[in-house]
Amino acid sequence: MDLIRLIEEEQMRHDVPSFRPGDTIRVHVRIREGTRERVQPFEGVVIARKGGASHETMTVRRVSYGVGVERTFMIHSPRIDKIEVLRRGKVRRAKLYYLRNLRGKAARIKERV
Amino acid sequence: MKGIIGLKVGMTQIFDDEGRAVPVTVVLAEPNRVVRKRTPEKNGYAAAQLGVGFIRPHKVRRPQSRDFEKLGIEPVRWLREFRLPGALELEEGSLHRVEDAFSAGDLVDVIGTSKGKGFQGAIRRWGFHRGPMTHGSKYHRGPGSLNARMSGGGGRVFKGRKLPGHMGHRRVTVLKLRVERVDADRNLLMIRGAIPGPKGSLVMVRESVRARPSANNASNARKEA
Repeated sequence: MDLIRLIEEEQMRHDVPSFRPGDTIRVHVRIREGTRERVQPFEGVVIARKGGASHETMTVRRVSYGVGVERTFMIHSPRIDKIEVLRRGKVRRAKLYYLRNLRGKAARIKERV
Repeated sequence: MKGIIGLKVGMTQIFDDEGRAVPVTVVLAEPNRVVRKRTPEKNGYAAAQLGVGFIRPHKVRRPQSRDFEKLGIEPVRWLREFRLPGALELEEGSLHRVEDAFSAGDLVDVIGTSKGKGFQGAIRRWGFHRGPMTHGSKYHRGPGSLNARMSGGGGRVFKGRKLPGHMGHRRVTVLKLRVERVDADRNLLMIRGAIPGPKGSLVMVRESVRARPSANNASNARKEA
């Protein structure tokens, strides 16, 4: 078991900022287009963090042109260039799936200070 | 020789060069001792007997202890034979390490003993369907009819009939898995996918029969055609 932990530890990145569900973050994703590589940002609210160690994932939700878009990222993936925390949110649960049913004013999250 | 004895450590996930997450099973393959060789002249086939693991000297069976004494080596707990190309090039008494056996990208077969499932019914063991649980049905999870009494079946149960019984804890070979990484410093192999057996169980890793060039290998024949 310890050996597995050790391997997972090696797979993890140590430049991941601390953030929680409810926080608004900007994820810079590395995208390969043929031979060229570019970085594409994705900004939204973290509605869930799942799993642990090297296989932890986060689900980021944003509303784009009136359509809800959710992307799930592997937090320790080398395909992520960097994660910026833009705003910390005050929420009372770990999974914010209820946001999917709310729009506009109701979907706002109070800032955590 | 592309073969080694190891212990299953467990599964995890690693990122490859492309940044993809790859599910891998970690196998601890400490340096194997080459204990004996089987030669075509003497045994009728070519193989190397590898051994691994610590055993207290007084626990070694006497006929076997001769093998170790002859070579002047520490006795080993587990012995397995590998009938593979290059088996005769190994030197008796020498150590055979992971990095000698494999490198990343190799295709391998893994042989292990599957997890024991105990005594299981025909549904779990053979994938039989169940009967209705209600509507007056008195046939729920049984194995069904075993045979016909007179015509065809001959009034007896044929051998090999799928029935409830012990499941698991048998030798299982998983073919054609990819070696994702070889860690020579820690004697680790990371093999893509799942391999048989519980954590800590003994597994044999060998070059895949599906990767070996041979006349009767269908996958190779197709490539040449």
